[in-house]
Amino acid sequence: MIPGDVIATGDYRYGSYVEKRGDSYIALRIGLAEIGREGIKLNPMTGPYLPRPEDEVIGKVIDINGFGWVIDINSCFDGFLPASFVFGREFSPSTHDLTTKFKVGDIIGCRIESFERSRDPQISIRGHGYGKIPKGEIIKISPTKVPRLIGRRGAMINMISERTSCDVKVGQNGVVVVTGPPEGIVKTAEAIKMIENETHAADLARKVEEHLGGTPVGT
Amino acid sequence: MEPKRKLIGDDGLRQDGRTWDQLRPIKMEVGLLKNADGSAYIEWGKNKIMAAVYGPKEVHPKHQVLPDRALVRTRYHMAPFSVDERKNPAPSRREIEISKVTREALEPAVIVEDYPRTAIEVWIEVLQSDGGSRVAGITAASLALADAGINLRDLVVGCSCGIVDGKVVADLDDTEDKEGSGDMPVAIMPNLNYVTLLQVDGIYSREQFQKAFELAIEKGREVYAMQREALTKKFFGDGQVSTSSEEEAE
Repeated sequence: MIPGDVIATGDYRYGSYVEKRGDSYIALRIGLAEIGREGIKLNPMTGPYLPRPEDEVIGKVIDINGFGWVIDINSCFDGFLPASFVFGREFSPSTHDLTTKFKVGDIIGCRIESFERSRDPQISIRGHGYGKIPKGEIIKISPTKVPRLIGRRGAMINMISERTSCDVKVGQNGVVVVTGPPEGIVKTAEAIKMIENETHAADLARKVEEHLGGTPVGT
Repeated sequence: MEPKRKLIGDDGLRQDGRTWDQLRPIKMEVGLLKNADGSAYIEWGKNKIMAAVYGPKEVHPKHQVLPDRALVRTRYHMAPFSVDERKNPAPSRREIEISKVTREALEPAVIVEDYPRTAIEVWIEVLQSDGGSRVAGITAASLALADAGINLRDLVVGCSCGIVDGKVVADLDDTEDKEGSGDMPVAIMPNLNYVTLLQVDGIYSREQFQKAFELAIEKGREVYAMQREALTKKFFGDGQVSTSSEEEAE
């Protein structure tokens, strides 16, 4: 689909990147359209990251002010992590030093708490697995390709992780952090680039598996 | 203004061998610039134009921020080496005007409400110029916008028509533009059937205007087919495309 194309006519439910004009459903992005049980869905093939609540992202601290941290989440909107989310209710700018927790330049795993058109996204690190990421290699990919990298129920990412004995963290914003042995990191980076370049190849999983040096499933 | 020489021969062919309604050869390519969010290159006759899109990104200076929509910025610029005699690289009156009309031609297609408080920048650089460079620039810029993954209602495509030797012809080149007696660049959104740019220079009769306007739209649709082809080649190129999201995370 190309912007302006008619995906279907009739009566359907429809998701993002689709506009209804009269009886027709129009694509707003370059991508692949699908008509299924959930109605019309357009999977875009390019595009920037736009925050959505509940997204797990990896960001970088770019500024600290009296009330929290400003986080670059690889989007046109900067995220804000309020200090009270980290220190709790008793936070007071005069007694707590924000730099003891995160410094400028730190990479953190976090979640988008809320985002609406009129305000910058708010970020939270409450919950398991969030917080500072002390080491690793950062690889950036196009955010539209994140679902492919993760795979169905995490199949792709688990496979890469197992084959390379690396820990791979993927943010919905297209930021990936890889930790593990150097050879593993190189292999992982290659696999990720491969997924990015051949996102819509029919037998992507098999190709990646072959590249990583395993025996393809079923042989 | 009377033409200095005959631009249409006795055989009905123009000085570059085209018939009255024939386009010059057009070549388009999408996504050549690595550092831009979206880019496109077009060769239209002797025009060679690069378009790049950056954004959506933060707006600077801050006072220009629009709280409910994106700010679209467009720069049309001709490289000093794009014409025979070196052109001063400072934006001329003409370039400032073309930047403005290009922005107004592209903006209706961009869903600016989807990107509040941001800026979308479109840079059009003419590397080699011929007639009809503004419509070629608009055509390339719309491809770059699509490549950048910005929500678009439709692509925008342009084509110019004009009057040469008293006859309506399509797609004027540089000589016809300068020595002919009228030029009419038109940009359209082909699926929505909207005109987003219409400029006219020269004197037209009612019939000539009608004919030139309709011809520009008809030819614009031909260029639109090429635009589609360029995007299809980049994104759905090898045909080995899996159309299902089976392998994707929920």
